[in-house]
Amino acid sequence: MTENTSTNKINSYQKEKNREEMRKQIITFALMIFFTMIAFFAVAMGISSMFVIPLILILAIVQVGFQFYYFMHMKDKGHEFPALLIFGGIWVTFLVGVTFVTIIWW
Amino acid sequence: MSNAATQKRAFSAVLWDYLTTVDHKKVGILYLMGGGFFFLLGGLEALIIRIQLIKPENDFITAGLYNEMITMHGTTMIFLAATPLLFGLMNYIMPLQIGARDVAFPFLNALGFWLFFSGGILLNCSWFLGGAPDAGWTAYAPLSIQSPGHGTDFYVMGLQLSGAGTLMSGINFLVTIVAMRAPGMTYMRMPLFTWTTFVTSVLTLFAFPALTVGLFLLMFDRMFGSAFFDVALGGNSVIWQHLFWIFGHPEVYILILPVFGVFSEVLPTFSKKRLFGYSAMVFATFLIAFLGFMVWAHHMFTVGLGPVANSIFAVATMAIAVPTGIKIFNWLFTMWGGSIVINSAMLWALAFIPSFTIGGMTGVMLGSNVADYQYHDSYFVVAHFHYVIVGGVVFGLFAACHYWWPKMFGRILHEGMGKLAFWTFFIGFHLTFFIQHFLGLMGMPRRYWVFLENQGLDTGNLISTIGAFFMTIGTIVFLINIVYTAVKGEKAPADPWDARTLEWTIPSPPPFYNFKQMPLVRGLDPLWIEKTEGNGKMTPAEPLDEIHMPNGSILPLIMTAGFFIASFGFIYQTDHKAWLIALYAGMAIAIGCMVIRSLKDDLGFHISKEELEREAD
Amino acid sequence: MSHDHSLNPKTMPEDPSKATMEGKHKFLGLWFFLGGETVLFACFFGTYLALRNSTAGGPTSQDLFGLDLVFLMTVLLLTSSLTSVYAIYHMKNNDFKKMMLWLGITALLGIGFLACEIYEFAHYIHDYGFTFRSSAFGSAFYTLVGFHGGHVIFGLSWLITLMVRNAKRGLNLYNAPKFNTFALYWHFIDVVWVFIFTVVYLMGMVS
Repeated sequence: MTENTSTNKINSYQKEKNREEMRKQIITFALMIFFTMIAFFAVAMGISSMFVIPLILILAIVQVGFQFYYFMHMKDKGHEFPALLIFGGIWVTFLVGVTFVTIIWW
Repeated sequence: MSNAATQKRAFSAVLWDYLTTVDHKKVGILYLMGGGFFFLLGGLEALIIRIQLIKPENDFITAGLYNEMITMHGTTMIFLAATPLLFGLMNYIMPLQIGARDVAFPFLNALGFWLFFSGGILLNCSWFLGGAPDAGWTAYAPLSIQSPGHGTDFYVMGLQLSGAGTLMSGINFLVTIVAMRAPGMTYMRMPLFTWTTFVTSVLTLFAFPALTVGLFLLMFDRMFGSAFFDVALGGNSVIWQHLFWIFGHPEVYILILPVFGVFSEVLPTFSKKRLFGYSAMVFATFLIAFLGFMVWAHHMFTVGLGPVANSIFAVATMAIAVPTGIKIFNWLFTMWGGSIVINSAMLWALAFIPSFTIGGMTGVMLGSNVADYQYHDSYFVVAHFHYVIVGGVVFGLFAACHYWWPKMFGRILHEGMGKLAFWTFFIGFHLTFFIQHFLGLMGMPRRYWVFLENQGLDTGNLISTIGAFFMTIGTIVFLINIVYTAVKGEKAPADPWDARTLEWTIPSPPPFYNFKQMPLVRGLDPLWIEKTEGNGKMTPAEPLDEIHMPNGSILPLIMTAGFFIASFGFIYQTDHKAWLIALYAGMAIAIGCMVIRSLKDDLGFHISKEELEREAD
Repeated sequence: MSHDHSLNPKTMPEDPSKATMEGKHKFLGLWFFLGGETVLFACFFGTYLALRNSTAGGPTSQDLFGLDLVFLMTVLLLTSSLTSVYAIYHMKNNDFKKMMLWLGITALLGIGFLACEIYEFAHYIHDYGFTFRSSAFGSAFYTLVGFHGGHVIFGLSWLITLMVRNAKRGLNLYNAPKFNTFALYWHFIDVVWVFIFTVVYLMGMVS
């Protein structure tokens, strides 16, 4: 906080970087809305469930990836531990999911 | 007269200090006291169970009360004794081991303790309010749905509260370890107890939400008429079993991993050697935690999940023996060729190795799904899990008490009494549980109120009960030791054991800010490095400067009281809607406290440099 | 040592939410909490998946769900996620007024979502007699979606408390982490919703 002379320069650089970042966020958002629409259309069209269910699940996973990596900045550095624990949670989620659709006895 | 008055004021001041404390050391002591209290309670329940089973067709207690006893014994020991005692140790020791001045969220830490404690009290209130829970500590549906009265409701609410507290502490420890290590304390220089705290906290974070969900479902079914486990409306009671064991199996690793850490501190210290295979130990800890999440269905082999599922879980279960074996051998190699000191802490550690290995071996036997049909729900299972939990966790807790007592309370526990407690407890433990393997193999089922004469079970049960009395004597001797030490015990220096890690570089007991200056860590076993290089003490990593400390607060206690009151509202609103007032009032208190907490800035305070300088080194 | 953490362009760090120790702790703590929340919702989803066909003769998912309302709710919540990104963007540029504006929009979108959800539940209860107690499917549906709704309510209360408390203070290093953690939590609510609309509604319409 002592480098008074260069503050303005850093700030404008920082601002530009933030703006660039924001542009990416908007693209992300547009893609998310697009994926959502595909999912809803696929269901509304009544395509066979063998095809639709994997499709909408994959779209959901991609969307969630966008949320985590872009909106929540998990792509940035300093997010190693958050990522580790989120992936741990996802792993448990996977186990729970598989369990509850296969071995609940009947 | 005036003297008495000052003493009284001093007492109330101490009490107020503890009620409002956010200091990790005091919270740790609170955890130890709370956990110790419930440990004695659970022990008493165990003794009553054993007295009931001392002879065939005994009628010491009624069948209903017996069900309540076994339920409360299991629930109390797992949730209210073992877990909090370990969390108390972690709370006290872990920040000292990494060179931190407190945990990352001191306020949450205090809240976590009070939630655990109020949950325990709530659960035990049931004894006086129409009967304790009686559906077993696993509370399997539909038995727990059918269980009359409010016992199981107390189980649900009590565990919900204490579970929330445990989860908070887990997150707190994780952030502390990730963000608050002293300069130079890299991950691969952290003491094993800190590592196991870390891994345990990860397990807590992923396991407790499953319990939370299971308890919510049970609560909704019992109190609000939902149909999760109601087969008539399409419910499925196996869901409870899955949720309970998705939590329950990691929970046993939450219990055992920290004591693995304890032994990994005690054995090197008293063998005067560094821990053998440090990186393998860290790796094994992670491997156990990872595999520990994929074996829960071995508790459910006889449910009928199908041969494929059973086989997968059986193989995963047996695989855990590998990393555990790595650990056992590393401890043995640590002692190999060391100059071993045998004292109370070391005795508990030495006794742990064979006892736990027996428990691990029966674990592999139980992990074989075909054989499990024979063992399931018999005393063989009871013997197995007491070998791992008493022979592992309780031995570890005793070892940790002897090892860290000087650091925590500034006095060394009496050695003679320590050894007496050890031998009585150790002999009693094997008397009680070894014979139960054979009782189980002879067909004695667990959880039965009585057994019949002349079925070959009489002598075994008698021996088992005698053993329980030996364990009681051991515990009483340990309690006497605590009192004796508090009054007349030998004062402890900063480093009574010639130990290796950072907590021994500061006075016993530590000042409330822990480290006057952050130490510079130059490797694994930092204190030992300085000793071998002739410095004898740590090099500070920073100049003496003022220290920022958090403010104490009464809010955690009041918030918890709110939840406590609300829990009664939840439980009794099924009888009379007027109890909804308690529910809303309690929630209002709790939420009010949260709002106050958010609205009031809490910037903490600073200890000035002068004040620090004034304190003698 | 000065304890005044208010920000001006000169003292502005790159990311004010992580410039202090407390800020870093809050950031890590919330992320770890979300790891636990993942498992919490995983268990609710698992329960729902196990029970979604256990209708006990009552209304099934095909009878109940409609695409239009769910699509509207999805757009509301996704947009609120974007607006909270905008708020954090302005926080990083130290523009407190704009940050508050975008947070306000986020709150309004959240309230809109909640209103839709309440309407939806009321619709099921009144028009179909489909309640929490009708069947195991009903219990699982209301519990899963209701817990998500509860998270939205909690998030909104959190946001509104934060906004009211800091309305007159401007941005400083003490409250910047609080806004940031809220934003993370809010994104996570959106993550959960993505799976709810996919697994509960869309898959419920298909099969």
